[in-house]
Amino acid sequence: MKVQPMDQFSAELADEVRDAVYDGSASGYDKREEALFGDYPDPDLLRRTAGNIKQHTLEHLDTYLLQAEAKMRENGVQVHWAGDGDAGCEAVLRIMRDNGATRLVKSKSMATEEIHLTEFLEKHGIESLETDLGEFIVQIDKDHPSHIVKPIIHKNRGGIARSFEREGLGAYNDQPEVITRRAREYLRRKYLEAPVGLTGGNFLVAESGRLVLVTNEGNSRFCLAATDIHIAVVGIEKLLPRDRDLSLFLGLLGRSATGQQLTVYTEFISGPKAAKQPDGPKQMHVILLDNRRTEVLGTKCREILRCIRCGACLNVCPVYRQASGHAYRSVYPGPVGAVLSPLLAGNRFPELADLPKASSLCGACNEVCPVNIPIPDLLLRLRDRAKQEGVKSPGTPPLAAWSRLASQPTLWRAVMAGGKVMNHLPLEMLPVRALKDWQSARKLPKWRGGDFRRWIKKHKEAESARGGEA
Amino acid sequence: MATCLCEAFFDDVAIATVQVLEYLKCEVAFPDGQTCCGQPAFNAGDWASSRRVVRHCLKVFAGEEPVVVPSGSCAAMIFHGALLEFEEEKDLEEVRQLAGRTWEVADFIVNGLGVDEWPGKFPASVAFHRSCHSRGTDSGPATLRLLESIEGLDLRPFGEAEQCCGFGGTFSVTFPSISAAMGKLKLEHALKENPDCLISGDMGCLLHLGGLAEKGGTPVPTRHVIQVLRDALRNGGLIS
Repeated sequence: MKVQPMDQFSAELADEVRDAVYDGSASGYDKREEALFGDYPDPDLLRRTAGNIKQHTLEHLDTYLLQAEAKMRENGVQVHWAGDGDAGCEAVLRIMRDNGATRLVKSKSMATEEIHLTEFLEKHGIESLETDLGEFIVQIDKDHPSHIVKPIIHKNRGGIARSFEREGLGAYNDQPEVITRRAREYLRRKYLEAPVGLTGGNFLVAESGRLVLVTNEGNSRFCLAATDIHIAVVGIEKLLPRDRDLSLFLGLLGRSATGQQLTVYTEFISGPKAAKQPDGPKQMHVILLDNRRTEVLGTKCREILRCIRCGACLNVCPVYRQASGHAYRSVYPGPVGAVLSPLLAGNRFPELADLPKASSLCGACNEVCPVNIPIPDLLLRLRDRAKQEGVKSPGTPPLAAWSRLASQPTLWRAVMAGGKVMNHLPLEMLPVRALKDWQSARKLPKWRGGDFRRWIKKHKEAESARGGEA
Repeated sequence: MATCLCEAFFDDVAIATVQVLEYLKCEVAFPDGQTCCGQPAFNAGDWASSRRVVRHCLKVFAGEEPVVVPSGSCAAMIFHGALLEFEEEKDLEEVRQLAGRTWEVADFIVNGLGVDEWPGKFPASVAFHRSCHSRGTDSGPATLRLLESIEGLDLRPFGEAEQCCGFGGTFSVTFPSISAAMGKLKLEHALKENPDCLISGDMGCLLHLGGLAEKGGTPVPTRHVIQVLRDALRNGGLIS
């Protein structure tokens, strides 16, 4: 019998990787708790408020998107609409070609990961260099990020030092300071050589057309310091109605993601360089990416579009901690990924329909989500969808038979009482794979079916006898 | 609602529930036709099968009386899960009516009956595993309030309390490796505090944790919260 791919992946995961992922996530969770509960009297109220603002924005996305577009154009931003990933990639390529540019420096962006922009550009002869340290390491290793905010949570510094040595960035040295300095020296030159800086966007404000970027390394500022052209790829769900909403969202994002009150750099970008400004990119392009978001908006899983990509649900998730991000076989790992990835997969949904099953539905993700996404409910909805679409799921017990049994009380009672026969059988020998697997790690207690019913019957008889005496 | 797990394995939990509620002057009825809450099929995504079982519950538990369940997870199936899977069903109102009067037992004792101190004594150290289905409900705080008030009971908090034990019903069957790893971690944290017993409001968690502990060579007594409450009454001579 086939087993669930994620369980298999976890079972085969190297201890070194599991430990790195576990420690990184657990410490992320602790820092979040400290920052949120240390600073706010009622973080839950803030989470719910932020969730409501995002939900409101999503429900009026048509209005807010047009408002944002108009405002950005007024600010001198060139706005491009990309219906899918290909259109997003093409839009970037067109801007590069229109300007005769062959290289760009980019800061971290999940949207560009989602549409595989770097691979696309490289295929078309354009150098696209990641400047976020973690993403840079992922790029030189031809690896994939395994966490939304900590892309190399699965790596340790020894491995990184070996990668740097291999790439000719210096002899083996695993001191974080040395690694960082070497990356910085290498990247500084690249910033100066590239005519285009590419970023994502954490928030886009409809009323002002302001794009907000949060980073910790300052690399996104470098990406925009010496370049002439700024391209931002922004998912259409990144909107917020008003500038004043940012105070709530920035406070929640930093604290939820990394336990910081505010990330080290927060940039508010309202347009290209104005006449009076001494420097800055002369062109600013915002590519608004749909890529099935509108489709998701039409489903009962639309709440997932509230996500602000903080990674708190990954950090707290016991399954993510055991399995690592790569187990999710998609750009978005963890609980949010288990919902979002199958939804964004379109007709490839069946290939990822196992992800929503890889959860004990413990609800920790919902409890930490800064926009209060009911992730367990959405996982359940996707399980229902998979069942309805006839996607096969290995290892699932025969629940239709169970439900028929559980709706026939007489038969149910007989089976419950008859189950006692199990106490006299060597259970390990039963030809039921699920029972065998379960029992390989756990001991099942004695079957006591029927005992409670006998007790309550006697108890009630005694009670009415007493009632009779009185 | 006695739950299928208690019926199959943990009859004493169901007995303790009756004894505690009767001590609190409740008249307890046990509708004989009851089976399961429908959760296994719901969690597995087989909502049509699950609805069949929930509809059976609607019949068995018809009326106006509160339905009290010694399990956060079965209670949540009725007051939350069933509402999801009946969203587009004609009998949604009936489900809502049942959901509105279904209680997890500790929540019922504290917030339904207004009890906030527990009499009797329980001279033992306990590690309380907050089961996941009590997240976002009043069951967790209600249970702690009762436990903390029991004479002699030494509550031992342990690390990573927010983490799931790894049971998750069919999850432990379909993801045996991840599930066992989660459970072992939970045991490690709880047993580090050397408790006399491990307690929870869900027998699912305890079936899994107790079974893992026994197989792993570190057996630990497990008790449902309601058994602790009943035993405290017994130890205090308040019931026989």
